[in-house]
Amino acid sequence: MKSIDIKRKLIQIAAFGFTNFHMGNFAKGQIYNGKWKQFCSPGLNCYSCPAANLACPIGAMQSVASSSMKFSFYVVGVLMAIGVVLGRGVCGYLCPFGLLQELLFKIKSPKIKIPKFLTWTKYVILVLFVIVLPALWVSSLGIAKPWFCEYICPVGTLEAGIPLLLVNAGLRNIIGPIFSLKLGILIAVIVLSIVCYRFFCKVMCPLGAIYGLLNKVSLLHIECDKRKCSSCGLCSKACGMAVNPALNSRSPECILCGKCVGVCKREALRLIMINRKDVNKDIDIKDSKSFKNNI
Amino acid sequence: MNNRIRMVARIIVMLTGIGFIAIGVNRGEMVIVLRKAIMVCLECIGLG
Repeated sequence: MKSIDIKRKLIQIAAFGFTNFHMGNFAKGQIYNGKWKQFCSPGLNCYSCPAANLACPIGAMQSVASSSMKFSFYVVGVLMAIGVVLGRGVCGYLCPFGLLQELLFKIKSPKIKIPKFLTWTKYVILVLFVIVLPALWVSSLGIAKPWFCEYICPVGTLEAGIPLLLVNAGLRNIIGPIFSLKLGILIAVIVLSIVCYRFFCKVMCPLGAIYGLLNKVSLLHIECDKRKCSSCGLCSKACGMAVNPALNSRSPECILCGKCVGVCKREALRLIMINRKDVNKDIDIKDSKSFKNNI
Repeated sequence: MNNRIRMVARIIVMLTGIGFIAIGVNRGEMVIVLRKAIMVCLECIGLG
C-alpha cells in the first residue's frame, strides 16, 4: 500500500470515528440528541444512526424542503462552502459509507465495470427525490415526506434501521413493505459494491452529485502537467472511478483519492490545494529527476 | 476553464454558500434540522 493510500485510510477512519462518536448508543438502542445534531456532516451518514454525532445533509435538506420553507439555504450553503474547498474529496476522505464500500470491494470476487450512462442516475435522484418531491408532493393529510430517505437510502437502513430494530421490539412490530423494499435496496447495494468499486457513489449518491459539480472549481484537485504526461494510461487503469485524469482532471466522478498520483511514473499528476504556477510554462522533461529515473 | 475564471467562480460559490448559511441560520433552519435529527426518523429506517 502506497503512503498516499495509508494517509487516506487514516483520514477515513478518523472521519468515521468523529461522525459516529456515540458507539455506546448501539447497545442502548437510542440515538444521540445533543446540540451537535444541528450541524451537518460533510458525508452521507444517517442522523438516526445511534452513533451519529451530526445531521445527514441530504436528510436535513429534505426535512427543511418538506417544511413550510421548501428550500434549505442552510444545508445548501454548507455543502457549497465545503464543496468549494474539497470537491468530491469529501467522498474520498470523509464519507463513512464510502469507506464501507471500499472495504466491501476488497472481498475477493469477479469485478465488473458499469456503463458510463448509469452515473447520470444520481443527478436524477438528486433533483427528483431530494429537491422536487419533498418540496412539492403533499399527501391528502397535508404531510410532505423525505422521499430519498424513505424509498431509496440504504445508509439509513444499514446504520439506523437494522441496529434499532435489533434492540427495539416496539419498532419491530411496525415493520411494513417499505422496510422490505429498503432492505432489498441495501442488499443489492452491498452485493454491487463487492463487484463494482463504490457502486452507490457512482450511481445513486445525491451528495456525490452535488460535490461532483463542485469539482470543477474546488481548491483540492488533481493537476496534470501535460508536458510531463506521456499518455501511458497507467492513471486511468488505476482509477476505480473510471476517470482519466490526464484528459479530465476535474471530472465530476473523481473522488480525489490520489491513486492516479501514486502510479504516475513521471510525476505528471499531483493532488494539490492550490494551482501550481509553473504547470503551463516550458519545462524540459529530460531535466526532470523522475524522467531520468524512468529511462 | 482557465485559472482566472475558475478563481472567480470559486469566490462566487464560496460567498454564495456563506450567504446561504447566514440566511438559513437567520430564518431558523438549524432548529428544524436539530428537531428532525434528534428523533428517530421512521422514514429513514424504512418504517415511515
